[in-house]
Amino acid sequence: MRLRFVMGEVWNGLRRNLTMTFALIITIAVSLALLGGGLLLRQQVTQMKGYWFDKVEVSIFLCTKNSQESSCAGAASQAEKDQIQADLESMSPLVQDVYFETSQEAYDRFLEQFAGSPIADTAVPEDLGESFRVKLSDPDRYPVITSAFTGRPGIEKVDDQKQVLDKLFRLLDGLQLIAMSIALAMLIVTVLLVGNTMRLAAFSRRRETGIMRLVGASKFYIQLPFLLESMVAAAIGAGLAIGALALVKSLLVDHFLAPSFKFTSFIGWESVWTTSVVLFGIGIALAALAALVTLRRYLRV
Amino acid sequence: MIRFDNVSKTYKRAHSPALRDVNVEIERGEFVFLVGPSGSGKSTFLRLCLKEDKPTSGTVWVAGKDIGKLPSWRVPQLRRQIGTVFQDFRLLPNKTVAQNVAFALEVIGKPRSHVNRVVPEVLEMVGLDGKEGRFPDQLSGGEQQRVAIARAFVNKPTILIADEPTGNLDPTTSVGIMKLLDRINRMGTTVVMATHDSHIVDQVRKRVVELADGIVVRDQERGVYGYAY
Repeated sequence: MRLRFVMGEVWNGLRRNLTMTFALIITIAVSLALLGGGLLLRQQVTQMKGYWFDKVEVSIFLCTKNSQESSCAGAASQAEKDQIQADLESMSPLVQDVYFETSQEAYDRFLEQFAGSPIADTAVPEDLGESFRVKLSDPDRYPVITSAFTGRPGIEKVDDQKQVLDKLFRLLDGLQLIAMSIALAMLIVTVLLVGNTMRLAAFSRRRETGIMRLVGASKFYIQLPFLLESMVAAAIGAGLAIGALALVKSLLVDHFLAPSFKFTSFIGWESVWTTSVVLFGIGIALAALAALVTLRRYLRV
Repeated sequence: MIRFDNVSKTYKRAHSPALRDVNVEIERGEFVFLVGPSGSGKSTFLRLCLKEDKPTSGTVWVAGKDIGKLPSWRVPQLRRQIGTVFQDFRLLPNKTVAQNVAFALEVIGKPRSHVNRVVPEVLEMVGLDGKEGRFPDQLSGGEQQRVAIARAFVNKPTILIADEPTGNLDPTTSVGIMKLLDRINRMGTTVVMATHDSHIVDQVRKRVVELADGIVVRDQERGVYGYAY
């Protein structure tokens, strides 16, 4: 009985204020979709980092007899190589793994890479220097290796693959920041809109609330329909936002990105669902909070 | 039932107080007319009974409680004991007669079975049986006021406050409303009625409390509206 009465009031309130209800639902949907997009992008970046950082290594190229660098005086000597090897091994646990690539191995890889190209015919193993391939436990700390070994005798240069990847990740981080900033602005707009809508609703129903007050309805009973209205709008908006994210995941990620970019992995559905729960919670909580604060000011009880 | 002890009320930004040192005691089951010109403090008196406003000084007792000490979450409890009727009826235009009366019970969480039983009873009592399905704009002024009285009385309050209930009605209709309020009073409800209607006051000869500029200038058993000015 009470429930049915309250639900009837909620339905009437939403229906009577239809344009504002629509505005509310769409604003909530857009802001939550943006927030969700930002959150998913972050998970994607985290996943890609995990995937790529497992594979990146720092390469320490040793001097060859043709090297022009000031640190090189002809090809690196065996003593220099031993010293570098020992120093690298002493930098455990940051240095997880060290692999020495000989000229022959580099040459084989080179041939494989440029098979059929005229450049492969002229190269000899000695042209391709020896190198240490270093795997780090924390790829973010590559500058430690770079600064320790750059310019040392026998080392031509220190090359870090992570520097290349970092550019990509900086781009993704930037995108994510933009999405999050827009989402934040939209959430502020949403809160203000919820407040304004509730203010309008409280004003247009002041006759009803006035009578409720007079006959001794409790504050809870007077405010509940308004509160539920904003929460229902938020729930519908969150539903739309989640639908949009699922659509993006299904059409853009699964049917376009994943087949085109096989070298990396993409977020799975479980990320979408956990993000959905977060969006639902944030949407409803924000709407309820905004409604409560407004009602405290504009609905005398 | 209602007692004012040295109650004064000055509204913010007002030059003079609306009530000055008012001492009135209304017993259980009494019928009291509150008379006086506009601005004499009648409405302020009624608002203080409902705790719509706080007195600037003094104490208001309602049903044995100092309502100044009542925490805000208990105020709805106080208002459930007091039915209120206004000059402008204050009905909900989009609800029928029965729905208007039922609303007062629904919003205080009364179960449906109770509402379904009590609403027809009270509509019959005020003489509106057969008109349950009408909307307020399909009723005469007198009938609308009967709906408002039914709504005020449906929760069986111990006190009924009426602020100029006949102010918008013609004399014949007013007599009917007055009789209804008298009946409610005879059923044991304390009635406080603010009014300008000298005919009614003179006719029924109840207790009269007269206010002028916020001061009680007369408190008379079986009084009339005013002295010959």
